[in-house]
Amino acid sequence: HMKLFVSEGNPHCLKVLAVLKLTGVKCDVQHVNHEEKVVPHLSRPTLPALLLPSGMHLFSANSICRYLGEVSGQPSSDLNNQWLEWEASELQPAVAQALHLAVLQGKGSEASSALQGQLSYLEQSLCKKTTPFLTAEIVSVADVVLWAALYPILSDHGLVLGDQGKVQNWFERVGMLAACESAAQEVLQGKGLKSEALKAYMQKQPAPPHSQAQKRDNQPCNSPEVADGDRVMSEEEILSATVTWAKGLADRPMISDRQHPILPKEGKRNILVTSALPYVNNVPHLGNIIGCVLSADVYARYGRLRGWNVLYVCGTDEYGTATENKAREEGLTPQQICDKYHTVHASIYQWFQVDFDYFGRTTTEKQTQIAQNIFWRLHERGFLLEDTVEQLRCEMCQRFLADRFVEGTCPFCAYPEARGDQCDKCGKLINAVELQEPKCKVCNQTPVVRSSKHLFLDLPKLEAPLEQWLEKSMGSGDWTANAKQITRSWLRDGLKPRCITRDLKWGTPVPHPDFSDKVFYVWFDAPIGYLSITANYTDQWEKWWKNPEQVELYNFMAKDNVPFHSVVFPCSLLGAQDNYSLVNHLVATEYLNYEDTKFSKSRGVGVFGDMAKDTGIPSDVWRFYLLYLRPEGQDSAFSWADMAIKNNSELLNNLGNFINRAGMFVSKFFENCVPAMDLQPEDKRLLALVGWELKQYISLMDKVKIRDSLKCILNISRLGNQYIQVNEPWKKIKGGDTDRQRAGTVTGVSVNIACLLSVMLLPYMPTVCQTIREQLNAPPTVTATMLQGTGNFVCCLPAGHHIGVVSPLFQKLEADQIEDLKKRFGGQQVSTMVVRIYSTWPLIRPFPHQGEKVRALKGQKAEKAVIAVEVDKLLDLKKQLALAEGKNQEPDQTKGTKNTQHAPSPATTAQAVINKADPERAKELTLAVAEQVRWGAEAEN
Amino acid sequence: MALKELSSLEKALGLKKPNKYSTQGDKKVPVLQRSNGPALSGLVTIATYLVREANRAELLGESAEHRAIVQQWLEYRVTKVDGCQKEDIKTILKDLNTYLEDKVYLAGNQFTLADTLMYYGIHHIIVDLAVQEKEKYVNVTRWFDHVQHYPGIRNHLPPVVVLKNRVYTGSHH
Repeated sequence: HMKLFVSEGNPHCLKVLAVLKLTGVKCDVQHVNHEEKVVPHLSRPTLPALLLPSGMHLFSANSICRYLGEVSGQPSSDLNNQWLEWEASELQPAVAQALHLAVLQGKGSEASSALQGQLSYLEQSLCKKTTPFLTAEIVSVADVVLWAALYPILSDHGLVLGDQGKVQNWFERVGMLAACESAAQEVLQGKGLKSEALKAYMQKQPAPPHSQAQKRDNQPCNSPEVADGDRVMSEEEILSATVTWAKGLADRPMISDRQHPILPKEGKRNILVTSALPYVNNVPHLGNIIGCVLSADVYARYGRLRGWNVLYVCGTDEYGTATENKAREEGLTPQQICDKYHTVHASIYQWFQVDFDYFGRTTTEKQTQIAQNIFWRLHERGFLLEDTVEQLRCEMCQRFLADRFVEGTCPFCAYPEARGDQCDKCGKLINAVELQEPKCKVCNQTPVVRSSKHLFLDLPKLEAPLEQWLEKSMGSGDWTANAKQITRSWLRDGLKPRCITRDLKWGTPVPHPDFSDKVFYVWFDAPIGYLSITANYTDQWEKWWKNPEQVELYNFMAKDNVPFHSVVFPCSLLGAQDNYSLVNHLVATEYLNYEDTKFSKSRGVGVFGDMAKDTGIPSDVWRFYLLYLRPEGQDSAFSWADMAIKNNSELLNNLGNFINRAGMFVSKFFENCVPAMDLQPEDKRLLALVGWELKQYISLMDKVKIRDSLKCILNISRLGNQYIQVNEPWKKIKGGDTDRQRAGTVTGVSVNIACLLSVMLLPYMPTVCQTIREQLNAPPTVTATMLQGTGNFVCCLPAGHHIGVVSPLFQKLEADQIEDLKKRFGGQQVSTMVVRIYSTWPLIRPFPHQGEKVRALKGQKAEKAVIAVEVDKLLDLKKQLALAEGKNQEPDQTKGTKNTQHAPSPATTAQAVINKADPERAKELTLAVAEQVRWGAEAEN
Repeated sequence: MALKELSSLEKALGLKKPNKYSTQGDKKVPVLQRSNGPALSGLVTIATYLVREANRAELLGESAEHRAIVQQWLEYRVTKVDGCQKEDIKTILKDLNTYLEDKVYLAGNQFTLADTLMYYGIHHIIVDLAVQEKEKYVNVTRWFDHVQHYPGIRNHLPPVVVLKNRVYTGSHH
């Protein structure tokens, strides 16, 4: 006598009930609660469970089904076993993920993409079959088990599943069986994803682990390439690649041209991409460009190719003291400064081919409206506090000192050059008045403490909703590891109220009458720029920004900007309670360092955006190299020599060489006409390998692993080069008929791979991609076909296709050329420029002052010790200036020491203190202090 | 890993001619190319097929019920033990320990394919156990020791030392 225990809403129970009804085996069925512990030897409640006549339990749904099949006279075949094993080990984890997304997080569209790989495997297998069911002419246990596993998802018509026609037919065929229909009714009320019982069941399940290709995550940035040529492809994979190839171009609609304004669309993936807003008063440097605008550009371009509905906005961040100061320096108004530099920014990004849908700015009427609206909503809901703040005021300069105009000793780690808002060494936020020995950065005087009334955002009050939202967003979105880590460490330290007002002129005015002489603090104001910039793009901006149900928001930035995007800005929006779209995917890069680290004055050293074009190196090559170096997961370093090596080895000898040879063979040997292809096993294996790289590319790109997916492109052209090298079509073309035919096949396959590469390259090198397409005369539908679903490498240039005129794509960078560039941009000139922009002005002014002081003391015949102290100060200042200018005047300072500060290094001291306190935190910070000279988007005050 | 296991299994079954295998996908799922039929994929599927090829069907269980239990533990091996996270290990050991309290082998009193594959799959976990933990999961340890000494099974894996006398008398299981 047997007894089957099932629970409502549990899809595994659907399997066993359907099989039970199908086989007609006699068995008692008992409905129990999800939490009921039926199997005594398992610590977690596990259902369904079958109590066997012997008193033992079966607790695996598939084993129960197989057993029911066997006792009813259907012993399990190898094929049946294979499907059941595949279901348990491959399909089930994906289904769990998909259900989690769809049922608990309301992300139906992602649910179907979580299943893409498994569904296309199933589709391919069904394509190869002549039978209506998986194993035979009649339904088997495997059919019912797979049907039941997919039932909640496939029965939901709201989900778009791409083109899995065979799966759809098979699914409907199985579902029509009376046994399946009635079991679905019994377990899920015939409702699929919308079943309440399913939701109740899912809520009791542990969250599934994230399944993604993680093995490439830990690859170091500048590591040499490893060709994946020895990857073993199974017969199935080879067969399926061949089937895909033969499908050719589908009659898919072309990716339509963008129609502005782009607005969210029902049933589409609506992706809103932002890049951290660059601060207006400087020319952006390469670190800025790779960390934000360029990374976001690659992802936005990729998204458009995938057919998603993408909007990419960015703009210049223009308010704040730095602008005011710059204006004073150049004798212009702040607005004039902003106008001037906004144009500089826009033209640099244009040169880098950053394809914004809209590049705006923060000094607009919309900014004022939206910022003030958010402010009032926070105020009305009691999320603002009033307090008197002690602030530093420089009597000499006659003004309150903004954080970035104060420097002093960090109260936490004793670093002597901590900024007024944050310590560059330990990363902790600082209240300027807590700085020890504060100095005005303009005149080097000690400022005094004055009090002033200010408004604060009550972050502690918003902590609970913030954490709730963060858990959801981090759990379902693609947050980079550093973004999660930085956010968690902020929360761990506890949130404190944060001042949102400033005693400044150049900013968004605070609308509250009690604070009429104040403006919003930049950190409160600047992220609102994303909204106001969109509002300047379209009146219907709220369809993007107040629509979390339809919109997925991607924020790109360097890691120093993370807390503002993950904690502070979300708190403003959560507190406003206006259904704002909050970030779903926070993508933060590490830092890009500069090869020459001899400058100790850290900020701003490097190549600037406007210099890149003067190098004569094409924008596409710059894009390639920066993306190749993208500090993804860890810091990386720019070097001129490496840039030349990568250009010559990867672009010229690998990628360019392959594409050029493939095209040249067609034009030279076959009169511009793609020859007939007769695929041999070796060719089919290549198709499978290329197809595998394409799938990798897509799955990595979907996860915003931009650097890693670039490697897939290079792997494909490496495979192509090997293929040509082994088959020697240039020799075979001179041989007999068989040889000539072979030369044709190899040429045809190669030129098709070249065409695939043009599709994959587009997000990275748009101009080169366009050139390749023109050379190959590529049909416009290639993109939509190849990048559909998990990727399809199809024959897109069939026999008879006419190509255009082929010419080389890349040029060699010669050693002397690079030496020249290095001298021009990496040497003295950079240091002069840096000194001009950043370093010199706070140093030069104290000089005469200090000199006079020494002279005066000497004239007064003061005590020698007193004079000596002041003389030391003067010498020290001179030394600092010399270092800032790149002239190392201390021969005894060891070569190769990156840190040119005086020993003992405060970083080391600070590190020792922190190491003791908290090893995890220390590890984080080691990264931050590892390099003195780096490029990264700086969080301006 | 799975390929080593399959070749050990071939030896244990006394199959003379080694088969050719490849792998597919990121998880390196084994694939067997057959001359007499389509390729088979999946560790359990291939292992089950090999046992039948070697005419050792008793290793798959002798009754329908017995066969179901063997298949269940084979599935448990590839779905729960393979790729388990650190925090899952304790649950797996605890559950197996309770289950094996009144059994010699996984499917009762007879040695089956489930024991072989579970042994291969759990070996890396048992190797890392401290003496104290081995004593805590005493039934698992006893079972493991049986299997590693079962003729012809151990093959590619190093033996794990199991003390017969308890060292930590105070610990309960």
